[in-house]
Amino acid sequence: MTRILKSILFATTVLAPAGFVATGASAQTATLTIESWRNDDLPIWQQKIIPAFEAKNPGIKVTFAPMAPTEYNSAVNAKLEAGTAGDLITCRPFDLSLAMFQKGQLASLNDLPGISNFSDVGKSAWSTDDGKTTFCVPMASVIHGFIYNKKAFADVGVQIPKTEDEFFAVLDKFKKDGKYIPLAMGTKDQWEAATMGYYNIGPNYWKGEDGRKALIAGKEKLTDAAWVEPYKTLAKWKPYLGDGFEAQTYPDSQNLFTLGRAAIYPAGSWEIAPFKAQADFEMGAFPPPVKKAGDTCYISDHNDIGIGLNAKGKNLEAAKKFLSWVASPEFADLYANAAPGFFSLNSTPVKMTDTLAQEFVSWRQNCKPTIRPSAAIVGRGQPNLDLEMWRVSANVINGTQTPEQAAAETQKGLDSWYKPAK
Amino acid sequence: MSDTEMADIETVPVKRPTRWHIAVFLAPAFLVYTAVMILPLIETLRLSLFNMVEGQLAFVGFRNFQTLFGDPRLSADFWNALRNNVIFFIIHMLVQNPVGIAIAAMLSLPGLRFAAFYRSAIFVPTLLSFVIVGFIWKLILSPIWGIAPSLMDLVGLKWAFAPWLGKAETALIAVSLISVWQYVGIPMMLIYAALLNIPDEVLEAAECDGITGWSQFWKIKLPLILPSIGIVSVLTFVGNFNAFDLIYTVQGALAGPNGSTDILGTLLYRTFFGFQNQMGDRSMGATIAAVMFLIILAGVALYLFVIQRRMRRYQF
Repeated sequence: MTRILKSILFATTVLAPAGFVATGASAQTATLTIESWRNDDLPIWQQKIIPAFEAKNPGIKVTFAPMAPTEYNSAVNAKLEAGTAGDLITCRPFDLSLAMFQKGQLASLNDLPGISNFSDVGKSAWSTDDGKTTFCVPMASVIHGFIYNKKAFADVGVQIPKTEDEFFAVLDKFKKDGKYIPLAMGTKDQWEAATMGYYNIGPNYWKGEDGRKALIAGKEKLTDAAWVEPYKTLAKWKPYLGDGFEAQTYPDSQNLFTLGRAAIYPAGSWEIAPFKAQADFEMGAFPPPVKKAGDTCYISDHNDIGIGLNAKGKNLEAAKKFLSWVASPEFADLYANAAPGFFSLNSTPVKMTDTLAQEFVSWRQNCKPTIRPSAAIVGRGQPNLDLEMWRVSANVINGTQTPEQAAAETQKGLDSWYKPAK
Repeated sequence: MSDTEMADIETVPVKRPTRWHIAVFLAPAFLVYTAVMILPLIETLRLSLFNMVEGQLAFVGFRNFQTLFGDPRLSADFWNALRNNVIFFIIHMLVQNPVGIAIAAMLSLPGLRFAAFYRSAIFVPTLLSFVIVGFIWKLILSPIWGIAPSLMDLVGLKWAFAPWLGKAETALIAVSLISVWQYVGIPMMLIYAALLNIPDEVLEAAECDGITGWSQFWKIKLPLILPSIGIVSVLTFVGNFNAFDLIYTVQGALAGPNGSTDILGTLLYRTFFGFQNQMGDRSMGATIAAVMFLIILAGVALYLFVIQRRMRRYQF
């Protein structure tokens, strides 16, 4: 207890002034400061994105000021309340940013030139519940699917599975062959089971946006067949996971795959860059298999990062100029190629040089995109639906809970606070 | 005559200079402790009586505690954490302390070779950071990269290996034993010091009376080190009910699988700071912290007022 109290003291005394120092620079008229949690992207912004903008807009200087992801939300909230935040605020998807908008900290961007470059689904993470007001420019989404080891597929002589039966046939072949672990996934960190499992294959069952919206409207329940069946499929994954998958962590899974010991990796597109750096074999990707050949396919194309306008910023005009540039196809092209795996939400198609990233993004042409079901509206109460789904998905794969029990538990948690609008 | 003079001198109060140095020497510790321990503790207790009402922090009396014990989910989480915490403590009391005493008793045997080496080797894990201990054991027990499966295979025990940290039935025991491994040095050191304090005359007298070996340990040494065992138990109690770090490094903030290693410290962390998409709730976090404080206070008070008073002390 005292340790935590000490860290609170530390946070309030040492970290808070650090924020003031970082934003002190924004006092000059034409300098924009971007608040962000993307530490990893600092070189991309400094070397590629900001110079490209400044070359076109000579009067404006831009500073990218990232901080540690875990501290971002509490720090940026404190700065917004104290009036010391930068002009541009990087937006987390859904409720965190919505709360900022409701407090009047983020400005409406409905009349921003370029905001029409985004579809409603693209904007959904940063719009009010009625969809009428958008308060952040969508920057990128991440797509779920399966990354596979091309060499392993050639070794065992299997093709990319299109349907679920084919998928399990492929897994069976790998299991019989014994040289590769069929599926690289563990349940110890729990989120893998939900994020790479349930959210990955689920949209094919609950029909993407249709099911997600029906759940929000209260027309469907998590105990309906469409929401229970993905758990049943997940439970069937168990025999194809590696030995001791119950204690296998996320880095374990990544290493198993990049070392070439596993054949298929249930993935998110953010893995592309690190996998490319580590694996010395060819990789391909396929979308979650559909139930029957010819079924419409659905993919999880989850909005992850956006950028908004500090309503009380000092350089509103310059900041708006920057935002409409972020909404332009030019920015989409720059960003998507600098950070492969983070896909542009812009309606204008982006040419990406990374082949694996191209493969992921090509699914958008045939498959209907949706976002993670627990992210919007049904994810803002206690108990948090996202965390509940992590836990029960891991339980289902471990075999300690039946799919029906898992579904009933999440629905019970949702019922305890969520009353769908009627 | 001389007596009365002496008395007169004594009754005149001696004017001594004010002893400023006491205040000066106490001040740093007092200030630091007040700033980093006492004030936050008071502030936490105060915060547990407040909550957000319509966007404003308002006094709500004991309503937070009512929610903690009345809300079906929150109370289930709390009782689960408390139960796990009690099991965590019992494992320490049953394994860590007896093993610590046994090692100390063996180390204090005269004529033991390499006693200093054993003493240091067993104490070293206590000095290691919990992060190192957590990661070492996570790796040792990993079914993929760990050395536990192959070592057990060497002695033909491969069948007995399981991904202990990933199974709900075994995870708490595994984590408790890791903690025992780390901290067994503390009871060992304290008991060892107490054993060394027993005068040789007492032991020689016992030997003259024919009490040697095991019965000497049970009848002479153990009663003499009981106060130290009491202190060790209290330290274990306080440490276990404040524990958080090892579980956090080994099992993460979710204390999985399925909450089976969730103890009060991890529950407090998730509630206060939030986790992933779950927002932090400072008032409810402070409420849990206050309950933890009361549990520890009750335990320590029980020891101080009930057990320690009945304990016999021996003066040599």
